[in-house]
Amino acid sequence: MAGDYRVHARTRAATVAGIVAVVLVIVGYALPAFAGRGLIQDLFFILTMLVLAQFWNLLAGYGGLVSVGQQAFVGLGAYGLFGAAILWGWDPVAALILSGVAALLVAIPTAFFAFRLAGAYFAIGTWVVAEVVRLSVAQWKAVGGGTGTSLPRDAVDGMRGLETVKTLFGASNAAARDILAYWLALTLAIATIGGIYALLRSKRGLALAAVRDNIEAARAVGVDAVRMKWIVFLTAAFGTGIAGGLIYLQKGRVSPDAAFAVTDWTAYVIFIVVIGGIGTIEGPIIGVLVFFALQSLFADYGTWYLMALGMIGIIVMLFAPRGLWGLFSDKTGVQLFPIRRRLTGGKIREE
Amino acid sequence: MTILSLKDVSKSYGALRVTDGVSFDVPQGQALGIIGPNGAGKSTLFNLITGNVPADAGTITLMGRDVTRLTPMQRCLMGVGRSFQIPQPFGNLTVFENLLVAATHGTGASEREVSRRCAVILERTELIDRANQPAGSLSLLGRKRLELARAMATDPKLLLLDEIAGGLTEGECQALVATIRAIHAEGVTIIWIEHVLHALNAVVERLLVLDFGQVIGMGDPATVMASKEVREIYLGIEV
Repeated sequence: MAGDYRVHARTRAATVAGIVAVVLVIVGYALPAFAGRGLIQDLFFILTMLVLAQFWNLLAGYGGLVSVGQQAFVGLGAYGLFGAAILWGWDPVAALILSGVAALLVAIPTAFFAFRLAGAYFAIGTWVVAEVVRLSVAQWKAVGGGTGTSLPRDAVDGMRGLETVKTLFGASNAAARDILAYWLALTLAIATIGGIYALLRSKRGLALAAVRDNIEAARAVGVDAVRMKWIVFLTAAFGTGIAGGLIYLQKGRVSPDAAFAVTDWTAYVIFIVVIGGIGTIEGPIIGVLVFFALQSLFADYGTWYLMALGMIGIIVMLFAPRGLWGLFSDKTGVQLFPIRRRLTGGKIREE
Repeated sequence: MTILSLKDVSKSYGALRVTDGVSFDVPQGQALGIIGPNGAGKSTLFNLITGNVPADAGTITLMGRDVTRLTPMQRCLMGVGRSFQIPQPFGNLTVFENLLVAATHGTGASEREVSRRCAVILERTELIDRANQPAGSLSLLGRKRLELARAMATDPKLLLLDEIAGGLTEGECQALVATIRAIHAEGVTIIWIEHVLHALNAVVERLLVLDFGQVIGMGDPATVMASKEVREIYLGIEV
């Protein structure tokens, strides 16, 4: 009889990774007690880039939606937060939710048009939308128009949780703001990775993989491919918007050219995902560390640095199309975030 | 009761009428075979029934409901399962996961509810030992079996099989026919396009002959095969 079948996805590496992750998270939250301000700022940068990379990977790696316009949602997130703080006097931390909402509101009409385009046309279409949004926001005089603006002094100093951080670590206003932003970034990164992993482990994740492999067959077995695209696009926009809001909450100053920069918020992010390994959760984690190392070492070389990044990207695409993590995982079979459902027991004779 | 009804269904690609005013009914529980020369429009007819190809004219009724404008997904949820002529596995998913996608999305159930049923289908289609292999690594026979298994996982009331016996050895073909017979015996309505006539004749109760997009004969298999028109057009024999 077939009563004793079991389905599981756990691997030993994943169990170990889970324990390591818990330790890392605890250390991560406790870190401001020991670490200097420079390290906290670096980690903030790594964590926010990781969030952007995870969402781009969700779009392109799992949803097949290669967007070059994610900077639209970073910028909208930033301006959503600044607008709410400046015009309505919102607390900047609470306004982060508006960052996500602002991105979402623009993502809905964007998707409506962009989903009519496929492949390279979709990429260009999203880029065009991002430019349109940048030019429109530059006309918004109340938040500084083309030159941009800063967060109001009282909004920054009166930020929720800032006093607690100051008394906890005896830190200055500026240092306390960095710590608070770092904690928010850490929380956002955990929520992002956890959320994406949960999505991939669900039956929606199976549907995403099926659509990626063969959309005709997926439709024939009842998968709503269009709905999957909407879910992925809107989720990525919302998350990218919150990350954008947080990045500029920490910077304290925003301008359209910076907040909607295609290099900073999309080109680097694509680089991170591609060299790390597209279509895996581990890939962007590896990628962001490599990117940070390269940037710390070589960013002073300006144009040469950017050309070198491009070269590395091309070399990885040619010789390790599944990225550094893909290379490692193929050789060792290690998966830290396993999603494969294994059927065991019953009449299965494994060779 | 009629499960599927086509009325004057037509489809053209440019000037080419691949389906030309096709009408027929399929009673619930029947096994209907469709034969016809290459290019007769058999696979297009399937795509019209599943909704992968929209009809230009005519109506398609499924269990009394007009489905002519519904998507493949909606028709799948109503109980239409299909196999593809050229197997279309989800190559990066395992064989078991291929069935899980179909079972969860084709019926709206949760993974937990369907996993045991998927395992039983894998047993019946002799794929159980391949459950955890990537579907892309299967042989032709394995892929054909997976087409059948995945269609079954959607819990179909109407099962459409497109040349599922093509390219198999005699022994492989017989095993597959036995499985299809067993599925039919449980009350699943089957429409089967096939060139391997003895495989078809072992299962179907009625035969439909298609040529140049038109129905040129329908009825009891023996009578249809014996008719002069069919022998001339389909078998290319001068009578």
